[in-house]
Amino acid sequence: MERIPILRMGNYLLVTIQVDMHDRLAMTLQDDLTQQISKTGAIGVLIDISSLEIVDSFIGRTLANIAAMARVLDAETVVVGMQPAVAITLVELGMSLPGVRTALNVESGMELLQTSRGSFARGMQDDSSGN
Amino acid sequence: MTQAATETLPITSASDIVAVRQKTRELAIQLKFTLVDQTKMVTAASELARNALEHGKGGSCQIEVVKNGVREGLRLMFQDHGPGIADLDLAMRDGYTTGGGLGLGLSGSKRLVNDFEIHSMPGQGTTVTITRWK
Repeated sequence: MERIPILRMGNYLLVTIQVDMHDRLAMTLQDDLTQQISKTGAIGVLIDISSLEIVDSFIGRTLANIAAMARVLDAETVVVGMQPAVAITLVELGMSLPGVRTALNVESGMELLQTSRGSFARGMQDDSSGN
Repeated sequence: MTQAATETLPITSASDIVAVRQKTRELAIQLKFTLVDQTKMVTAASELARNALEHGKGGSCQIEVVKNGVREGLRLMFQDHGPGIADLDLAMRDGYTTGGGLGLGLSGSKRLVNDFEIHSMPGQGTTVTITRWK
């Protein structure tokens, strides 16, 4: 069965999506990642979508689900490398990926994961910012 | 000036959605759409192909290059054999869904194209036609 590889680097899991994903493949990635977080105790997940030429509502929802599931499992997710045309289209479609942290590229995404960890207060601030 | 032939693709599985996306991209590139326009059209195609598969129990997508004077465009017609839509106004609303989705398929894809037409009768399936002009 076709799968998107998940690489482990220290406490982080790295995924690069390089194929035009059909829906089942996206679901498999969601399941695999959740299992890997639980198995490895990863504290961060970085998903590189720079090769993705479109993100439709299904893929967008899958990314949001992955981020939410990872959070419940005590891991942060950062989606990096979205192409500008994809960003424009996604917002016009009506999805701004709430709850998904993003960064422009892999480097700044890794930086974001490394700095966000340990600052317990960050999560607290996020929770209270809506008040 | 030759008119590109109309092509019809089946939509019966998740991989057919990918095939519709790829064919749409190929023609959008041929028509020299900008990258943003290509992306919008391909994304709309993906949404509507998924609708046809999930709500319409499968169907087809007819793709053609159309001309209006000197203007060229890409037109996609999605037909399904599903239960149809009883309340189109409601179905076109952001966030309204009968499946497990986000309810952005119809309303969202309408925003991504220039022309959007939908015809549906309960029990007789749904036809959605979208056009994006260059």
